[in-house]
Amino acid sequence: MSRTAPARTRTAETRAADRRGRTLVTPEGLVLPITLASRGARAGALILDIMIITFGLVAFQLVLLWIAGGLLAGTRFDPDAMSGGALEFLGILAALFVFAVWYGYFLVQELGPRGATLGKRIVGIRIAARGSARLTPEAVIARNLLRDIEIFYPLVALLVLAVLAETGQEIGALGWVMTGWFALFLLLPFFNRDGLRAGDIVAGTWVVERPRARLAAVLSTKGAAAAAGSSAVTGVRYEFGDTELSVYGEKELQTLEKMLRDSQPEALAAVHAAICRKIGWEPGAGDERAFLEAFYAQLRAKLEGDMRFGKRKADKFS
Amino acid sequence: MKGPVISSWFGRGQVEAPPDIASAALRSDRFRLEREGEWKRLEAILARMEKGGLRRIADEDLIALPALYRTAASSLAVARETSLDAATLAYLEALVQRAWFQVYGPRLGFVRWLRGFIFGGWSRAVRELWLDICIALFVMVAGTVVGWMLVAQDEAWYYRLFPGGPDDPRQPGASREQLLQSLAHDEGAAGLAGFAAQLFSNNSAVCILAFALGFAFGIPSLLLLVHNLALLGALLWLYNGQGLVVELAAWLSVHGTTELFGIMLSGAAGLHIGRAMAFPGTLPVLEAAAAAGRRAAVVMVGVVIMMIVAALLEAFPRQLVEDTGSRFVIGGTMLTFWLAYFVLYRPAPPAEAGQEVA
Repeated sequence: MSRTAPARTRTAETRAADRRGRTLVTPEGLVLPITLASRGARAGALILDIMIITFGLVAFQLVLLWIAGGLLAGTRFDPDAMSGGALEFLGILAALFVFAVWYGYFLVQELGPRGATLGKRIVGIRIAARGSARLTPEAVIARNLLRDIEIFYPLVALLVLAVLAETGQEIGALGWVMTGWFALFLLLPFFNRDGLRAGDIVAGTWVVERPRARLAAVLSTKGAAAAAGSSAVTGVRYEFGDTELSVYGEKELQTLEKMLRDSQPEALAAVHAAICRKIGWEPGAGDERAFLEAFYAQLRAKLEGDMRFGKRKADKFS
Repeated sequence: MKGPVISSWFGRGQVEAPPDIASAALRSDRFRLEREGEWKRLEAILARMEKGGLRRIADEDLIALPALYRTAASSLAVARETSLDAATLAYLEALVQRAWFQVYGPRLGFVRWLRGFIFGGWSRAVRELWLDICIALFVMVAGTVVGWMLVAQDEAWYYRLFPGGPDDPRQPGASREQLLQSLAHDEGAAGLAGFAAQLFSNNSAVCILAFALGFAFGIPSLLLLVHNLALLGALLWLYNGQGLVVELAAWLSVHGTTELFGIMLSGAAGLHIGRAMAFPGTLPVLEAAAAAGRRAAVVMVGVVIMMIVAALLEAFPRQLVEDTGSRFVIGGTMLTFWLAYFVLYRPAPPAEAGQEVA
């Protein structure tokens, strides 16, 4: 309520959140706000996923090596006596496993009920169909097949080129071309409003923050806010008149609600003083919470009563 | 006053007794207290659904889900008009959104989707891409001709197209016997399964690349097709020099009818996306690209399956069957099968989505 520096940074934050805010219209005609995932969160999720895949593959290869070592030991370390079939089987297993993990990891998890890979879940985001459409398996497949040209091929090509350059071969401008390709796809999310990567464009999807909220306690059943509530300290019942309640609007009410839920004593004391000054009361001390609870409940009752008659007061200036 | 935070860490199972409804001073809080039991039930069902599939959810919960979703949605609509409790509104918005994701989420798991895909979805998607397939076929034929003509004009092109090792017998100047030898089968079946797995992951990676490159208006996809088929043209020219084209065609046809078909489909799928982005028609570009991308993705899953078949054919029958006639029979059968599956197999499409929340 006081216009100080923290308040201004808060508005900067909410403006950034607004820029990522979109609406979704359910088939029932209800408008729901959704928040697009930030690009940083998506990058973090991708890095986590790639790390998980890499560790999984390395662990699998180590197991295969260990089995192959066991095969070798079984033949008293005579490579010629090794069973070709068993080694071949291990080779097939390795090739198919890599293929299945690379494509299956993203596909199966994003098709699941959470619509998110492990990395995305850790970061708290999920995929959704753009607009108000329903997510389909085809969309999930399309967005994940595109991942190959976005990350996998350019990275592998760059690695190969780096190795070639190390061994003294002439690679010319190809390195720059590959770097440009990589940069183009990597930076694509920065060139559109919705942060879409190439796979999102082709599949018609976007990545949103996963909704998460707990039901907070009811405020008007306890303390001085309750129907016949009075201060636990002094036993006084605070009553506010119509003029005193009409100084504030919905925005101030919800700020006060947040403070009551956070219940930090210093903040409550400051708000208590500010309100008393505004409505011309003499601020006391020691009973701030009861005062604020009563003020909150009565202000809300008044504003909600007006709401039912179609009268709304957005903030103290209106 | 700070009880709720601690209980949110530990108290998953235990539910606080809801406050007495009559004690609430505000009408909007009474509204909330009357309904929050249903909201919490919905939340519990959603948490279980997100955790793992539908199997762990009781039937009555599953039946109640759409009704609970609508209750929450209408609660939200009413609360927006009558309540100024920001925390409750935020909770309801998150709850309805979560429920929306589940109620209107992907209806099928991967396995059920795959079944629908094999029995009808795949061939339907391929038929939807007919124009792109015609273009891809034309480009592939052109690529073969170009490869042949390039090499026929200047043998140096052969080495540029095939940077093979010096011990590869398939080089200009090779004798008829050498070339025939390269078409013969290897000794026995040892090593073939590994060969098949290698071929599969290599070929499907090429196909996925051809598809994904369609993003750049389809041109790189077509270039990839031309390049791959120019190799074929050069090979044809080489064997033609010794009068072995029929033998080479038989050798290639065993797996080639499947593999080239798959490569053609992936090129067509890439082209389909590229075409939709270059010429979106009446739709916005993003929507046109998304619609084309979903159609093409279905085809691509099919291409991966075709590559598995092709790799198996390449590794086993091609290396084990030596007779030219038998090779043609295998290749021809596969081609007939694919054509029949894509063109003639037309089961009725399943009832379309949209009314399953009943």
